[in-house]
Amino acid sequence: MSFTKVILGTVSALAMTAVAAIADPAIIYDLGGKFDKSFNEAASNGAAKWAKETGGKFREIELTSEAQREQALRRLAENGNNPVVMTGFAFASALDKVAPDYPDTKFVIIDMVVNQPNVSSVVFKEHEGSYLVGVAAAKASKTGTVGFIGGMDIPLIRKFACGYVQGVKATNPNAKVIQNMTGTTPAAWNDPVKGGELAKAQISQGADVIYAAAGGTGVGVLQAAADAGIYSIGVDSNQNYLHPGSVLTSMMKRVDVAVYKAFKAGADVKPGIQVLGLANGGIDYALDENNAKIFTADIKAAVDAAKADIIAGKIKVHDYMSDNSCPVE
Amino acid sequence: MDKMPRWADVFLVPFINLILAFVVSGLVVLAIGENPFKAIWIMISGSLGSTSGIGYTLYYATNYMFTGLAVAVAFHARLFNIGGEGQAAVAGIGTALVLLAFDWPYWWLAMPFAIIGAAVFGAAWAFIPAYLQAKRGSHIVITTIMFNFIGAALMGFLLNGILKNPDTQNAETVAFPKGAHLPTVHEVLSPLGINFAKSAPLNVSFLLALACAVGVWFLLWRTRLGYQIRAFGQSETAARYAGIDAVKITVITMLISGALAGMLSINVVMGEQGRLIKEFVEGAGFVGIAVALMGRSHPFGIVLASLLFGMLTQGGFELMWDMPAISREMVLVIQALIILFTGALDNMVRDPVERLFLRMRKRKG
Repeated sequence: MSFTKVILGTVSALAMTAVAAIADPAIIYDLGGKFDKSFNEAASNGAAKWAKETGGKFREIELTSEAQREQALRRLAENGNNPVVMTGFAFASALDKVAPDYPDTKFVIIDMVVNQPNVSSVVFKEHEGSYLVGVAAAKASKTGTVGFIGGMDIPLIRKFACGYVQGVKATNPNAKVIQNMTGTTPAAWNDPVKGGELAKAQISQGADVIYAAAGGTGVGVLQAAADAGIYSIGVDSNQNYLHPGSVLTSMMKRVDVAVYKAFKAGADVKPGIQVLGLANGGIDYALDENNAKIFTADIKAAVDAAKADIIAGKIKVHDYMSDNSCPVE
Repeated sequence: MDKMPRWADVFLVPFINLILAFVVSGLVVLAIGENPFKAIWIMISGSLGSTSGIGYTLYYATNYMFTGLAVAVAFHARLFNIGGEGQAAVAGIGTALVLLAFDWPYWWLAMPFAIIGAAVFGAAWAFIPAYLQAKRGSHIVITTIMFNFIGAALMGFLLNGILKNPDTQNAETVAFPKGAHLPTVHEVLSPLGINFAKSAPLNVSFLLALACAVGVWFLLWRTRLGYQIRAFGQSETAARYAGIDAVKITVITMLISGALAGMLSINVVMGEQGRLIKEFVEGAGFVGIAVALMGRSHPFGIVLASLLFGMLTQGGFELMWDMPAISREMVLVIQALIILFTGALDNMVRDPVERLFLRMRKRKG
């Protein structure tokens, strides 16, 4: 097996892929991996839904190292995949570098804004959804104390916390909100043990509804809440099914919808910034048979009223990331 | 002489290890319903069959050379430095501080200072475990691995605090000045009319790694210090009797080891990322142990072994690309099997081969 043979073989293989290149969409998952029960998995579900509906094919790739971000982007673009969707803000600098080299390829980045003529940036109004679950938490709480457990301490998660506190305070101005962040490193997204400990600490301080915005860490929070017989609130995906009767509701960030829409638009994805919020169904709260009993008509009425007011613009929920501060504590 | 010939020790045993590893990984690939020969072919052609593939392979190999040399130097003094991960991470802070301190006009001006910054920080992180080992007898395996965690925590603290780029969600610094950008192979070769893949992150740090390999060889086998290190590793009591200062040798060896591990940050932080990110070492510190074991702690062997591990890393990516049935975790299993066979199970092959050679020699005799 000589080296020249290797080269010849690869050249011919490359030539073949160049011919076979079709504008299939593609998705790159972040280092957390495809099956993280949260953000990346939601994206994967959106892609799967598109494939099921259209019968189309798509390429997906998981990363194992930072250097592969750029490598994967270039490979997909050179392979003719269009659009190329990526989940997570960590892709921003790699995309900013790669996008100008492939002007005919459309890139879609979720959770971050990248200003390039062929990039569509999808961001969510998480503060609106967090406000709604804050209203629900205040309504459901008997002690007047509710909790928030975030994942990694970054502005994005503070945005969740700030919206939540606003919703709680708007419903019950005397309510107390206990806030904790799990950590300051990406490991904080996947530390269910610590999540459970934080939840127990909050419960001992009187919290009887806890909102977990912490990726995989939230699984531990929800478990601790179920064990203690109090309510919890899930995040990103609909997590009501995890502990029926304990998970009050879930703040749904429809990453799946974003991916689905991008795949459906194909190469005609519009560049620029897309904001998904309550008004266009990109953000919502979850109501299904698992929480129908505990999510009472009283709570539902209050939450739906707040939802209508936010959509109508009557309630303005402050976005933490607009000025890196929160008006309420 | 009751030893097998040198060529068997250096080449034959690792080769048999490798074949065994490929056979077992082949069975794993077969078990999930893919063609193992095709998988191996994809890994080889994906890592060596294009300039882009070669660029990535050598880029990863550069990392493994640095960490492999770091482990090897310590190993010659019978010190098991498994803190390469933490030493490289902390060295990244040194590199970043140097590169962010000035608006560097030229890379060749910035690089020596970045190397000093990385070496000082990497060595400093190895100094405390070395001191504790030499003076207090705290076992270096325990302390270096603990320092990996402390190093990760320190990185998290700094990158979420004073060093953080306020414009992003990521725990990372602002980009280094443009002048501090290390030329990639593409940039070096394109004026010569050679078209090397633009995306490949291989940069001039590769030459630094080769220089380090030569330097380590020279240090260990051509200097008085190297002799002391090796003598100390062979027998501490004999070395002491010969007047070698155990504390001094332990500390100096670990300083050199930490500085070598720190060079990884030149390749990744300065060369590839152009900014300091949190998790840039990505296990290279641990792969370095396998590289040093496979390379028999000799710089030449380490260069070869790091090329192999570079191929595994890059080939693994190509495998995921061409065989979607093989997931990220499967690639990890295959890489781990190769490390297992070449590193941990080395004696499983070595002893029978050695006995075989001895028996053959007896018969001849």
